[in-house]
Amino acid sequence: MERDEPKLIERYTPNERTNHWITAICFVLLALSGLAMFHPAMSPLYAVLGGGQWTRILHPFIGVVMFISFLILVLRFWHHNYLDRDDVQWLRQIDDVLANREDRLPEVGRYNGGQKLLFFVMVICLVLLLLSGIVIWRRYFSMYFPIGLIRLAAVVHAATAAVLIIGIIFHVYAGLWVKGSVGAMLRGTVTWGWAKKHHARWFRESIK
Amino acid sequence: MALQSLDILRLSATTTPPPGVREPAAGDVAKLIDVTKCIGCKACQTACMEWNDLRDEIGFNVGVYDNPLDLTEHSWTVMRFAEYENPDGNLEWLIRKDGCMHCAEPGCLKACPAPGAIVQYTNGIVDFHEENCIGCGYCITGCPFNIPRLSKTDHRVYKCTLCSDRVAVGQEPACVKTCPTGAIVFGTKDDMKHHAEERIVDLKERGFQNAGLYDPAGVGGTHVMYVLHHADRPSLYHGLPDNPRISPMVQVWKGIAKPIALAGMALAAIGAFFHYVRNGPNVVTAEDEAAARDEARRIRGEPEERDDGTR
Repeated sequence: MERDEPKLIERYTPNERTNHWITAICFVLLALSGLAMFHPAMSPLYAVLGGGQWTRILHPFIGVVMFISFLILVLRFWHHNYLDRDDVQWLRQIDDVLANREDRLPEVGRYNGGQKLLFFVMVICLVLLLLSGIVIWRRYFSMYFPIGLIRLAAVVHAATAAVLIIGIIFHVYAGLWVKGSVGAMLRGTVTWGWAKKHHARWFRESIK
Repeated sequence: MALQSLDILRLSATTTPPPGVREPAAGDVAKLIDVTKCIGCKACQTACMEWNDLRDEIGFNVGVYDNPLDLTEHSWTVMRFAEYENPDGNLEWLIRKDGCMHCAEPGCLKACPAPGAIVQYTNGIVDFHEENCIGCGYCITGCPFNIPRLSKTDHRVYKCTLCSDRVAVGQEPACVKTCPTGAIVFGTKDDMKHHAEERIVDLKERGFQNAGLYDPAGVGGTHVMYVLHHADRPSLYHGLPDNPRISPMVQVWKGIAKPIALAGMALAAIGAFFHYVRNGPNVVTAEDEAAARDEARRIRGEPEERDDGTR
């Protein structure tokens, strides 16, 4: 056995990776075009989807694609994301997490407490974004709703999108910070060392 | 509609001051609609169609005088006919010329996300520049008077311009010019308020104790004002809002939410960056890999591998 070539475990199948990246690409397009409409300081981002009218046309359709893609992702990963006592303890020790002192943390399964928490935050955000987005989709749906609800939906859509964007900033950063994570989602595999270090319980179950 | 202009007070979705060096020396303008003088002839609707070259689809009579039944992208003003039975048991036919009120605090402009699609001139006129409109309909969400109409053909919103093109060259709006009873007058806002006062004195003498001017403070006043016989109950006039204001939802959405959300995103990104700078990446080392191999061997019950550097 070649000692300097670490052994690999598959963490994400090709279908899971494709599913994730479709969602991610949609998210980036939606976040950029949505920010253009949200704040005048971001209005140069109208160019991302080809100007104001095209942004207004495309943004909701991309949103529907993201929701469907995310829904499939949720159905795939839902059962991995139940929070347990160890996850609560993990979250309590967030200062150890941030200081890279993983040896002091309870052993983590397939996902850690932070990932599980973010998972459910995203689930709530996506549901709210879909519902409010339909109400403010002027071209096809707004005429079916009273003006008070449209105004509420506009606030909900903006606020929820802000929470989601902030959540995704943490999600992306966590991937860049914990080396080997981006590779897991791009190539599908992690090394045994990565699995044991970050997800010891999942590692033991996986190599049996 | 757009004119080359140096007299812009506010520009939608724009954070820097628009060109506003030119201000009307006589003050801002207003159109005064004296509902008590209106006979419902719809000459104003016709004049609006003619000046603006607008022709709405011919619809169907549904049993009321309102024609067309509602504002559309082609009908920027519509006479609203309301039948009101007063406490004396007499019928009052309240006829109100509906259209954009040209608010001093325009909800449409506040809600608009397209830079330069809605302007407010220094003379008070609120105008849509349709070439910049993206068709999102947020102005409809923001408007307290339910005025803007989105075209299903070109996906841009339209409404009364207060004939900004005529006013810019010193003419009164087309509806004012044509009104046969003098129910619609136009001038500086001060003059129109003064004129309204005289009318209100007259109406009170004739028994309309609650006659008054409709210039709602909730939207900072309007540049289209009404003289009403029942100013205490504007909603009698086909649902004219009693206390119009920009909805608190729209205020939050287009106010405090914007800096808070952007600050939150910036803080998250900056925080993440400095976490990396201070704590560095979380890296898997060669020892981690070796430990993982050892544990795997234990779990699988494989024999220990000698760790003396030989293979």
